[in-house]
Amino acid sequence: MRVGLFIPCYIDAIYPKVGIATLELLEKLGVEVIVPLDQTCCGQPMGNEGDQKNAAAAEALFCKNFEGFDYIVGPAGSCVKHVRQHFDAIPQTTQVQQIRRNTFELVEFLTDILQVSEFPWTSFNHNVAIHNSCSAIRGLHIQSRSEWQEPRFNKTEELLHRVSGVTVKHLDRPDECCGFGGTFCVTDEAVSVKMGQDKVADYERQEVAYVVSPDMSCLMHQQGIAERDKSPLKFVHIAQVLNNGPY
Amino acid sequence: MKINVEKNAAAFIHMDDVHQPTHDKNLWNARMKRDRMAASIPEWEQMRDLASQIKEHALTHLDQYVEQFVTAATKRGTIVHFAKTAEDHNRIIYEILKSHNATKIVKSKSMLQEECEMAPYLESRGIELIETDLGERIQQLSGEMPSHIVMPAIHKTTDDVAELFARTIGTDPNNKDPKELTEAMRNNARPKFLEAHAGLTGANFAVAETGAFVVCTNEGNADLTAAIPPLHIASIGIEKILPKTEDLGLFIRLLSRSALGTPATQYTSHFMGPRENGTELHIVLTDNGRSERLGKAEFWYSLKCIRCGACMNTCPVYRRSSGIAYGATYSGPIGIIIDPTFDDKKYSELPFHSSLCGSCTEVCPVHINIAEQITLWRQHMVRIKASKPSLHYAFNVAGKLFGSPKWFRRAEKLGYYGLKLAPDWLVYNKTLNAWGKNRQMPAIQKETFRDWYIKNRVK
Repeated sequence: MRVGLFIPCYIDAIYPKVGIATLELLEKLGVEVIVPLDQTCCGQPMGNEGDQKNAAAAEALFCKNFEGFDYIVGPAGSCVKHVRQHFDAIPQTTQVQQIRRNTFELVEFLTDILQVSEFPWTSFNHNVAIHNSCSAIRGLHIQSRSEWQEPRFNKTEELLHRVSGVTVKHLDRPDECCGFGGTFCVTDEAVSVKMGQDKVADYERQEVAYVVSPDMSCLMHQQGIAERDKSPLKFVHIAQVLNNGPY
Repeated sequence: MKINVEKNAAAFIHMDDVHQPTHDKNLWNARMKRDRMAASIPEWEQMRDLASQIKEHALTHLDQYVEQFVTAATKRGTIVHFAKTAEDHNRIIYEILKSHNATKIVKSKSMLQEECEMAPYLESRGIELIETDLGERIQQLSGEMPSHIVMPAIHKTTDDVAELFARTIGTDPNNKDPKELTEAMRNNARPKFLEAHAGLTGANFAVAETGAFVVCTNEGNADLTAAIPPLHIASIGIEKILPKTEDLGLFIRLLSRSALGTPATQYTSHFMGPRENGTELHIVLTDNGRSERLGKAEFWYSLKCIRCGACMNTCPVYRRSSGIAYGATYSGPIGIIIDPTFDDKKYSELPFHSSLCGSCTEVCPVHINIAEQITLWRQHMVRIKASKPSLHYAFNVAGKLFGSPKWFRRAEKLGYYGLKLAPDWLVYNKTLNAWGKNRQMPAIQKETFRDWYIKNRVK
């Protein structure tokens, strides 16, 4: 199985350890991982804001980089959601459609494609809260949607239950948006910050030490708020927990 | 003038420590009650699917159903008028009132009459108009638009209402008991029902096969409005028409459960013609842009809306902003996709007032793809150059950077050294950097993942 590893721009520059953890984890699981070196961004920031013209170049480059893989895997729900569900600033050729279909977020790839049942090389002796991003829940369905009468599941939590030592604590509002929202976090600063503060307060009520998420972009925003408010909360990507670091 | 929704929302958040948290809590509770109600009905998801299909059917055959409705209503003695625009709607109502020498009117809640800005139109022509829904009356006395489709004054606290009633209807300013305040308003409003020359209502649903329409309230005020004065005028948007009476069984089950998490509204009244000799029932069947919207391949979906407000209750951005911030008849997620159909310049910023979390789409009882519509409206605003210029320039740069691996790598390094060298006063400058105002900055790493990968994996 040949997998192209999709490392979104902000993970490359700000959270390289998340990229390393994802790569090492997939290697441990026996996957042949290739990192296309010319990757930049999937086009989501522009696409979400309605700027199709400026999203097109990034989308075209993404396809050039990720052609010919069995799967494309990225440790970022919102970017993967963009590729799978939007990504229409460029012509939808058969090749583009195939790339979009084969792009997976890490948690769903581990759960649905690799069907990993154990992570014996890691442990994490902490109380943790899970943050599944809105894109990952409502876009990729890695968790059941609270708005729907559907069987309850949470793929992130199921993976964490396979890690020794982890205790998952549930939030009062488990799928409430944290207010990151991409460009929204700066164009709508007051609302974004208030939503983030409310999210951090929910974590604090549950007395967790760590917040674990498959989406580092939401965590970047939450962490910025927690640090400003001198909260001791720590934020890690699920790849770091499943791979046993690097932290 | 363009509505600055971000600024208005910030003002609501920074007003004090009471209003926004109370607003958020009350609406979240409504959402939780809605979830419990939904969970108690095994066929809930089938109901939503069916309601969506019926709405799509009705809207795609609307010409036939409008005709059928009008024929049936006329047969029952109802006088039907057609209003193409808001102006027509208001003029028709004024003319009916004038021909009946009606100068004092009571009205119950109607979002369509709000949309047409009917109250100021009639008031400026000497008509005395009283809102009879408690929330709407509070908003009327405050000189504000409704802030929520079903809970018009939900952004106000009990203290606000006590202060308002003391000032306007003479209650004791220290009396902050909600029950007594409600009672005071009831006593204030009841004589007005008896004096009124005409009663105005809206409608939640209209039925093509019978020519009847249904009004749902929790206060019974629409029933008094319709049952006491000799003249009843109902404003109905053409998209309210359902094919059959049996469809009501479905929609009435969905409406209040979605809106407030209650099994049904306290009053669900069916109006099937003038009530007795000497009384008249008029319907003003109003288009006001609906036909045009129905013709738009991207934007017709919002016509399916049954005005339950579930998308507002669930919206994390709306709960922090209040409906007033949107400066429009319809606020929250549904407002974002309806208001620009009336004026895409004035409401050009509304589509950007969303984190695109998507909960609105998932909670909607008639499966309107609200979040997707918000993105489409953003594309529209970019096309007509009504989005923020600063964003436009930023994306022109970003579009080029992300299209070029070489320039992207240079920008990463520039970001690292730029942030490393920049002093804190610049990084956390409140006007230059909206991120840093209330959040610490993430650190760009000297060694990117790509650097590490080349060093450790590329031979």
